[in-house]
Amino acid sequence: MPVNGYKPLIVAFCCNWCSYAGADLAGNNRLNYPADVKIIRVPCSCRVNPMFVLRAFQRGADGVIICGCHPGDCHYTSGNYFTRRRMALLFSMLDYLGIERERTRVEWVSAAEGAKFAATMNDFAETVASLGENKRLEDLRCKK
Amino acid sequence: MQRIGVFVCWCGSNIAGTVDVHAVAEALKTEPGVVFSTDYQYMCSQAGQNIIKDAIRDYRLTGVVVCSCSPRMHEVTFRKTASQAGLNPYMVEIANIREQCSWVHKDVPTGTEKAIILGRAAVAKVNLNAPLTPGESLVIKRALVIGGGIAGIQTALDIADAGFPVDIVEKQPTIGGKMAQLDKTFPTLDCAACILTPKMVDAAQNENIRILSYSEVEKVGGFVGNFEVTIRKKARYVKEDICTGCGACVEKCPMKKVPNEFNLGMDNRRAVYIPFAQAVPKVATIDPNYCNMLKNGKCGLCARVCTAGAIDYTQKDELITEKYGAIVVATGYNPISLDKFDEFAYNQSKDVISSLEFERLTNAAGPTAGKLVRPSDGKHPHTIVFVQCVGSRCDACAEKGKEYCSKICCMYTAKHAMLTRDKYPDTEVYVFYIDVRTPGKNFDEFYRRAVEEYGVHYVKGMVGKVSPEGDTLKVQASDLISGKQLHIDADLVVLAAAIEPDASARPLATMLTASMDTNDFFTEAHPKLRPVESPTAGVFLSGACQGPKDIPETVSQAGAAASKVIGLLVKDKLTTNPCVAQSNELMCNGCSSCELVCPYGAITYIDKEFRMPDRSIQIRRVAQVNPAVCQGCGACTVACPSGAMDLNGFKSEQIIAEVDAICR
Ligand code: FES
Repeated sequence: MPVNGYKPLIVAFCCNWCSYAGADLAGNNRLNYPADVKIIRVPCSCRVNPMFVLRAFQRGADGVIICGCHPGDCHYTSGNYFTRRRMALLFSMLDYLGIERERTRVEWVSAAEGAKFAATMNDFAETVASLGENKRLEDLRCKK
Repeated sequence: MQRIGVFVCWCGSNIAGTVDVHAVAEALKTEPGVVFSTDYQYMCSQAGQNIIKDAIRDYRLTGVVVCSCSPRMHEVTFRKTASQAGLNPYMVEIANIREQCSWVHKDVPTGTEKAIILGRAAVAKVNLNAPLTPGESLVIKRALVIGGGIAGIQTALDIADAGFPVDIVEKQPTIGGKMAQLDKTFPTLDCAACILTPKMVDAAQNENIRILSYSEVEKVGGFVGNFEVTIRKKARYVKEDICTGCGACVEKCPMKKVPNEFNLGMDNRRAVYIPFAQAVPKVATIDPNYCNMLKNGKCGLCARVCTAGAIDYTQKDELITEKYGAIVVATGYNPISLDKFDEFAYNQSKDVISSLEFERLTNAAGPTAGKLVRPSDGKHPHTIVFVQCVGSRCDACAEKGKEYCSKICCMYTAKHAMLTRDKYPDTEVYVFYIDVRTPGKNFDEFYRRAVEEYGVHYVKGMVGKVSPEGDTLKVQASDLISGKQLHIDADLVVLAAAIEPDASARPLATMLTASMDTNDFFTEAHPKLRPVESPTAGVFLSGACQGPKDIPETVSQAGAAASKVIGLLVKDKLTTNPCVAQSNELMCNGCSSCELVCPYGAITYIDKEFRMPDRSIQIRRVAQVNPAVCQGCGACTVACPSGAMDLNGFKSEQIIAEVDAICR
């Protein structure tokens, strides 16, 4: 998948009820996406603290994606609305710091959308790969 | 420091095919805290679980990482294993190296590398796990069934038989659902009413069942074992307990031109009506959209003729709030609207009808008393064309149809064709199909009888156009086998419309926080192993709300859902999820940010005394989480400006450790 041969490091936060199940379904259906994507399970997308996203970039992640249930379908009714707003704020701040918008994303993937999960990850990985390595926030102290 | 054991599962070749499991076990040995690491063919098997138990004892493990399939699959299994060996079950973490690794990546080096990273993240998390103890909550021994069709009735009867009270909420004035509208059922051809109405009566007479007809669910709160549901009982302007169902009011009502929805608008009913003779409850309902008395205060005839004095024009909607331990969704299906299928002239000709309309036309209790005639002129049709898959299996026409197979149409069309030929041998019957799908007991035999014994013309091909011309319907179609174009002059065209979930399902799913697929069918907790449970604990699925189904399948699913409900209601107490939020009172400054985002109202504030370093006492307002109410979403943890809120099982430091491990 990588365009210029660069293998990016991508952290994907997936809510347990929809997106993590969607990722499982992608697996059940053997839908390929790059191994660069590593998933962290959270109960709800609203559990993702902007701090976690910053931390990932700090540690050398090239892209961070947060996946949750579709608006209105959050298992906890309103969690993803918080996510949407929090992340919009965070991403515009990251943009200001010089981290390209394309390196961050919020996506809604339901438990039944295995194909959408794989397609989203393929697309995201490709986008991030084309941007190359992300060094903006990298904390050199962590990379000894 | 934890003493962690790592157990890498091969899952036969499912994982071992693309992941070098030995290498993973070997690589994870050097991770901090890991004192034991091994791999085995099937960790979830008895032998595999024994390996874990033995290791817990022999190596005095304090934490376990299983690298295997999704935690949604076997987290519960391995937690149980751990607790059998005396380890706190919440000290187990799963690295998902099957669904999210071996199944989606093709070559071994990539798969192995990713599996090691996922394992590493799980180890990093377990290092920070703390033992958790689930709380307990009481189970309310009453069930709610939403939907009063055959699915809902059967579920309610089965639950009631086990001795638990059940409420059925049905939005129509009567229970019975779609099955009440059917004439005969395939493949046995027994009459739908004869097998359904006794069940309706059973439900009405069962002392454990309460039927709330003409009612809708308005609000759902609470959680498994303890739901609180608000139900709106719509005003029917008739006192249900007094009405005897004699029908005198119906006879006298001067508003005679109300389209009768039970007969799909093919005839009329009055403004006050009883949907059909065997309705349960058999009481009249006044339709406020048509009743003159309710609209402009003129009339009042029904009140005058009602000897029981049951009519009450001032009745108001009533809100009922009740507690339930379990909820069953049985909202069923509807045929899709055919308005967009212009090519079949459904809106242009009265003689192009849907299969459900055909069902009413052939039903002895239907608008024609069972005589098959053309709706336009009442003449007997000599040529009938059935079109299958109207709106089903259509990829290209997604905006008007559905991508899936509606499953029941092949069989009911065969039934319609066969019954027509049986009763009217002079009628020519054509069926146009893409495929005939007959998987089911005695289904194929049934279809073959239609062709071989009854001489129904089955044509593989698509109907391109139906154009009304004078008295006849010109049907243009292609026969895919002979490659010829066919032109048929039909008297009646019957469209087997795709079925879709009832429109009430989507808002209901939101209230229940139960998930749905893209077609608005409810999703099951596991497609194979937990087909009647929704992923939301305490919510169960019955019938076509979960996917297209015929009657036998619906009834068996209804029974399965009932047995799951009974299994839940016999318990006195449930253990609650201990992965709930917790506030650190020393850091909390009582700002209320967390309370504002909590969807459950689980957070309250108390004034607490703190002893300061100079021994003075300070009283501060601090947040407290009610663990029985908290569902563990974590919204508060992010909202908290001082970092006092954290979520057990998904603590910030744990997630950060995972991020670090992945980005190492
Ligand atoms: S549970 Fe999926 S976004 Fe809240």
